[in-house]
Amino acid sequence: MSEKLLEIKDLAVSYHGYAGEVQSVRRVSFDVEKGETVAIVGESGCGKSVTAKAIMRLIKTPPAEIKDGSRILFKGEDVLKFDDRRLREYRGGEVAIIFQDALAALNPTMTAGKQIAENILHHVKMTKKEAMAQAVELLRMVGIPQPEQRVKQYPHEFSGGMRQRVMIAIAFACNPQLLIADEPTTALDVTIQSQIIDLIKKLQQEKGTSVIMITHDLGVVANIAHRIVVMYSGKIVERGCSMDLFHHPKHPYTNALLEAVPRLDLNNKQVLASIEGTPPDLLNPPKGCPFSTRCRYCMEICCREQPPAVSFENNHEASCWLYFLKEAPADAPFVKEGRV
Amino acid sequence: MSDNVILEVKNLKKHFDLGHGRVLKAVDDVSFTIREGETLGLVGESGCGKTTCGRTCLGMYKKTSGQVLYKGKDVHALKGAELFAFKKDAQLIFQDPYASLDPRMTVSDIIAEGIDVHHLAKDHGERTERIYGLLNLVGLNKEHANRFIHEFSGGQRQRIGIARALAVQPKMLVLDEPISALDVSIQAQVVNMLIGFQQELGLTYLFIAHDLSMVKHASDRVAVMYLGNIVEITRSEELYSHPLHPYTQALLSAIPIPDPVIEKQRENTRIRLEGEVPSPINPPAGCKFAGRCRYATDRCRQETPKLVDVGSDHHVACFTVNR
Repeated sequence: MSEKLLEIKDLAVSYHGYAGEVQSVRRVSFDVEKGETVAIVGESGCGKSVTAKAIMRLIKTPPAEIKDGSRILFKGEDVLKFDDRRLREYRGGEVAIIFQDALAALNPTMTAGKQIAENILHHVKMTKKEAMAQAVELLRMVGIPQPEQRVKQYPHEFSGGMRQRVMIAIAFACNPQLLIADEPTTALDVTIQSQIIDLIKKLQQEKGTSVIMITHDLGVVANIAHRIVVMYSGKIVERGCSMDLFHHPKHPYTNALLEAVPRLDLNNKQVLASIEGTPPDLLNPPKGCPFSTRCRYCMEICCREQPPAVSFENNHEASCWLYFLKEAPADAPFVKEGRV
Repeated sequence: MSDNVILEVKNLKKHFDLGHGRVLKAVDDVSFTIREGETLGLVGESGCGKTTCGRTCLGMYKKTSGQVLYKGKDVHALKGAELFAFKKDAQLIFQDPYASLDPRMTVSDIIAEGIDVHHLAKDHGERTERIYGLLNLVGLNKEHANRFIHEFSGGQRQRIGIARALAVQPKMLVLDEPISALDVSIQAQVVNMLIGFQQELGLTYLFIAHDLSMVKHASDRVAVMYLGNIVEITRSEELYSHPLHPYTQALLSAIPIPDPVIEKQRENTRIRLEGEVPSPINPPAGCKFAGRCRYATDRCRQETPKLVDVGSDHHVACFTVNR
């Protein structure tokens, strides 16, 4: 399990617009090991989808720009330096992505089967007929009933959940080593959501694929992720294994986020702990900690300087100045151990 | 009990004629009551008719049959001054704060539209004062009054939508997925605010949502809809601790809980629903859930189960439970 499949080092992505430079991702580093699931959690605009697109080299320059010093290593090779030919092998072959809105991502003028076969023909040498036969098998694998008929149908003839299954079939067509799932269930109903999550989990176990799961829903993550990366306004504020993060969150943002979600299994009729304010404007991101503008425990230093990452056991890390205080504030019960 | 019922819905049906003999039964024989000052949650998956139900209750859609009684009067038969008064009393908050507010109106004009229509302010000074008061109430300030909608974030827009609804001093609000377009950290802000207003102003809510955990948090009673029918309705705690309808059970078990330990335990007991919601156009006879239900019998496929009281204000429409 300890073989690194993907390493992201100091990734920074900016978009240039009329108003100036929007710093979507600000020096993010993490890695994905073989066969594991890493979840990236955060609110809209925190840079999680931009990170995913950067891994797939889907960032369009201009208007966007991947800053100097950013490195994305796939099995030791720098993805950002791939030429077109290598990139074709990489995209769809070694790494596949599924998007939130399957209707927008699929081509409305091509049948489902043709879209799956297109990906296979791109990467493997075989006839169209063989590719179509394989498309039928793939549709069967993702649990679409009557795949022989469905293979000839167009995306509009599928329901939302079925479309997402077609997307998964395309993604798994070439047995990728890494699957990036960008909010795959956000547009779906809960009962369909649990079907899709089960499917991704099953395929991952069968094929040993690594998964990067991008979502804003902490509940979805609890069921599937081994490790979790929490992003806030373009930065990673906390990372750790699923168990540590849910039971011992170390960053005030993660802690607040967990308290802000009503839970089905608890009797919480009381007022939800809301996070006041809104995420900062990435045109002028705050100089210090990105969460300082909304943090209950904000101190003077938080607005001035960015906090360094503090390590806890089990590779658990959080970037917060509270851990540098001699004595933790009494109302911050999560700041107990691991002070520097 | 019945004296403080504010809204009573009796066998309400709303069918849309699609032509060529096809009928979409969006709401098909729905009955429920809402008491003054309470919150009734209405949950279900997309396409189950919850929004149509809410809008028909407000008279925005003409009913096909049945009755909606607001304080004992049939909403769809109201005319003139009575209809005008009803429209002041019952307000709607929309799901999409981007689409439901006019981009060419300033915030103050949006909020004051109802005040002007219902002549709630004597003069210009009072009008301005009320706008500022409402902005303050929803956590914005008076500098925001002359701005346009595109200058606001989703959470702020939803606050403006709430201020607009509260401007006419309503008694009842239909909240149509008020938080599903918002980020997690903003959802809690808006829900807390809505619960606060209810306690302060004694409002009655019909809270339509697909997020069962939020509905549980905010509602006194919850009704579960499936393909145009209410399949179960009871008090909030009762529904979540003793769900009786197979659909409610499956729905509850599909909701992920943000705790890896509990998720591991639930893994084996999870009820997995096969297939998808069938089309509401010419649906099959009998119980509409029968095709996906693991307890379904021949009787379920022929007869439609009625909502039956199983004690302690708990109503279920299922033959396997009613036996």
